[in-house]
Amino acid sequence: MVKMTDYAGSQPAWCPGCGNFGILNAVKKALVNLDLEPHKVLMVSGIGQAGKSPHYTKGNVLNVLHGRTLPAATGAKIANPELVVIAVGGDGDGYGEGGNHFLHSVRRNHDITYLVHNNQVYALTKGQASPTSDQGFVTKTTPHGASTPLNSLAVAIAAGGTFVARGFSGDIDHLVGLIKSGIQHRGFALIDILQPCISFNHRNTHAWYKERVYKLEEATYRPSDRSAAMEKALEWGERIPVGIIYRQEKPTFEDGLPVLKRGPLVKQTIDPMQVSVLLNEFV
Amino acid sequence: MGIDINSMVGGEAGQGVQAAGFIIAKALARYGLGVFADQDYESRVRGGHNFFRIRAGDNPVSAISETLDVLVALDRQSIDLHQKELAHDGVVIFDQDKAKDVSAGNNLLGMPLEQMAVETTKNKQATNVVAVGAAMALVGYDGVALKTEVLDYFGAGEMGQANAAAAARGYEYAKANFKGDLGKKFSPLGGQKRMLLNGNEAVALGALAAGCKFVSAYPMTPSTTIMEYMAGKADELGIVVVQPEDEISAINMIVGAAYAGVRAMTATSGGGFCLMVEGLGLAGMTETPIVVVDGQRAGPAIGLPTRTEQGDLQFALHAAHGDFPRVVMAPANVEDAFWLTVKAFNLAEEYQLPVIILTDQYLASSYATAERFDLSRVQVKRGTLLSETDPSKLQRYKRYEITSSGISPRAFPLQSTALVVADSDEHNEEGHLIEDAETRTAMMLKRQRKLDGLRKEISGPRTYGPAKADITMIGWGSTLGALREAVDLAAQNGLSVNLVHFSEVWPFPAEAASLALRGAKRTFAVENNATAQFARLLRAETGHQVSSSILKFDGRPFSPAYIVTQLKKEVA
Repeated sequence: MVKMTDYAGSQPAWCPGCGNFGILNAVKKALVNLDLEPHKVLMVSGIGQAGKSPHYTKGNVLNVLHGRTLPAATGAKIANPELVVIAVGGDGDGYGEGGNHFLHSVRRNHDITYLVHNNQVYALTKGQASPTSDQGFVTKTTPHGASTPLNSLAVAIAAGGTFVARGFSGDIDHLVGLIKSGIQHRGFALIDILQPCISFNHRNTHAWYKERVYKLEEATYRPSDRSAAMEKALEWGERIPVGIIYRQEKPTFEDGLPVLKRGPLVKQTIDPMQVSVLLNEFV
Repeated sequence: MGIDINSMVGGEAGQGVQAAGFIIAKALARYGLGVFADQDYESRVRGGHNFFRIRAGDNPVSAISETLDVLVALDRQSIDLHQKELAHDGVVIFDQDKAKDVSAGNNLLGMPLEQMAVETTKNKQATNVVAVGAAMALVGYDGVALKTEVLDYFGAGEMGQANAAAAARGYEYAKANFKGDLGKKFSPLGGQKRMLLNGNEAVALGALAAGCKFVSAYPMTPSTTIMEYMAGKADELGIVVVQPEDEISAINMIVGAAYAGVRAMTATSGGGFCLMVEGLGLAGMTETPIVVVDGQRAGPAIGLPTRTEQGDLQFALHAAHGDFPRVVMAPANVEDAFWLTVKAFNLAEEYQLPVIILTDQYLASSYATAERFDLSRVQVKRGTLLSETDPSKLQRYKRYEITSSGISPRAFPLQSTALVVADSDEHNEEGHLIEDAETRTAMMLKRQRKLDGLRKEISGPRTYGPAKADITMIGWGSTLGALREAVDLAAQNGLSVNLVHFSEVWPFPAEAASLALRGAKRTFAVENNATAQFARLLRAETGHQVSSSILKFDGRPFSPAYIVTQLKKEVA
């Protein structure tokens, strides 16, 4: 049996009270609940405070460039589909710098779980607006207020997403359930996780979220209806839904690669003589 | 001197220029002749002007020639554009009905090309094949052998039979009606069957032979056919080819795949390589073995999208911020394209770094005959891997263990219980991010130490021509064939010229370069770029300052005759 101590990593360099602690804790609990040993898991992360989180636990880690989390995770997953691949990044990393990769990773439906630590602000660079900052959010780089925020959940549903969910760092038990479902989902699982940034976002605070979030599971909501899901994804303001907003079964990208049915690429042998038959075609 | 015949098929995009040219090239290669064929095309799918130029001889040929013996003009403008390139006895094959103002003569074989195509196949599409038939009659090709070649290209079915009939029609017409004399004819040489392939195919075959299992690439001329060829063979060979959303994704995907344990590659051109630069640095920092093919084209920006240049050398040497070891290869021909690609995968894994292969549009899309690659010589060297038998090492695996060679044993996730931690931040031996000065310095030195071993792996330059000469030409990459022939042609013109040519350019083989240039009198850098980029590298690494340069940056390749003309101007 896998225990929490198996996932004990080094001391995080986050601000005391940061929402990242709750998310990291939930990830560890989900992996322990699923009885997944650390060497079976690959965490791929970008750059930002969220991108550091794999260093604070145990497992295989590929900490890449800002915004490039998903392509690197995709390459690793295709090379070895037996790995449980979890991609981790923040809102700036995933929806800004990596926006194009996000869109197309959702569309292709790779079997990856993507955790977006969404604090609606750039924290590592000390407090600039992010793609999800509320309209009018004033920072040093947006003195006249931020523009319309990106609704990543609605975008994911429109792009053909198969698992679209929102969690909250202030409700760890609920988040553990979401992460477990995301890992178990065959396909691309987006879990956008609301978290306060105690240092740079004094608007969307823990109390602000706490007042607004409500659980879809308690509202007899069915995540299989795409139109209803789109409506739910667009709900933001006085009430903010958390839980699985949309889920459907669809073949994954990896399912569409017949080569992988012979086993992972990493286990295929290398034989130069295989090319002999190809050379004949040029004679 | 043996027989050397240079033919061109010219026409609009969509008229089957490429198909006609390829059938001729393949047919001549099957005769046992040496063939070199280049392609010149515009960035459009229909219209414009394209040509496919096929030089063949009973001696090896390795470069283009601008002087045409046979011009197959599928449209009117091909006559206007290329008539001036005709040799004294050169012949133009053209459609009389499409160029009524051109009167047929000894050197002008006007034929009802399209009409014959429609009559034999009920489709004017076969006009190009009728013209192929006529051209092959002129160069003395056997009619039965021609039918075999046409069937080989189109298949033995209805379409193949129709095209074979079209070719025969053109062949017979030319035999009966051509009153001129080309002055030379081919006859079959026999001997060992050789391959006919282009640079991109050679790179793709090299990658497959080396065990590349994962390709992620975004379409971009002139490299697209590498991914297309490999995608076509993916299921058969057990590999995966992905077309991602952009080049940034492409390079980051191969970093992910290589980290997970497979040999991985991407292919692009200069513009796409610009987007990949950040990912190149990631491979450098995480010590992930990747192979990146940059098929150079005329830049900057979109430049001349379908044309050649050697303009990315300095860029490839310096791409990405910070210092990290890398390898840059510049294959000279299709043989090099195959073998240096194999070597690229080995060096990438043995030294855990990115390897860049610089080809160009000219090498990528030119066809050449080559001896069949001896696959038994392909060695797969995966480098130092973690021993799975030592449990203590498994438990405390250090991905970036400090070693005297700078090479840390690699491990792959799920290969054992060892946890593999790789980081783009500066990191400690375990792979976790650090900020302290000591670890940073130790890690930087560790990575740079890999260059010590690497330098021993890099081959020095090829030399050609007399040991002592008045002029020594210096070249790199795809110009080897033209430069070699230029040495011979210069000698016939009374010039004393030899050649020093590089195919492996980084880490720079400085000692071998200095040795090869010792005693050189006047040195000329010959490069397909505007600023003599290789000459700058040579000076930086050896202190050697070239006397002069012959530079060409019009998007077109060098011919031996052009080089000799420029040499004459320089020595006049």
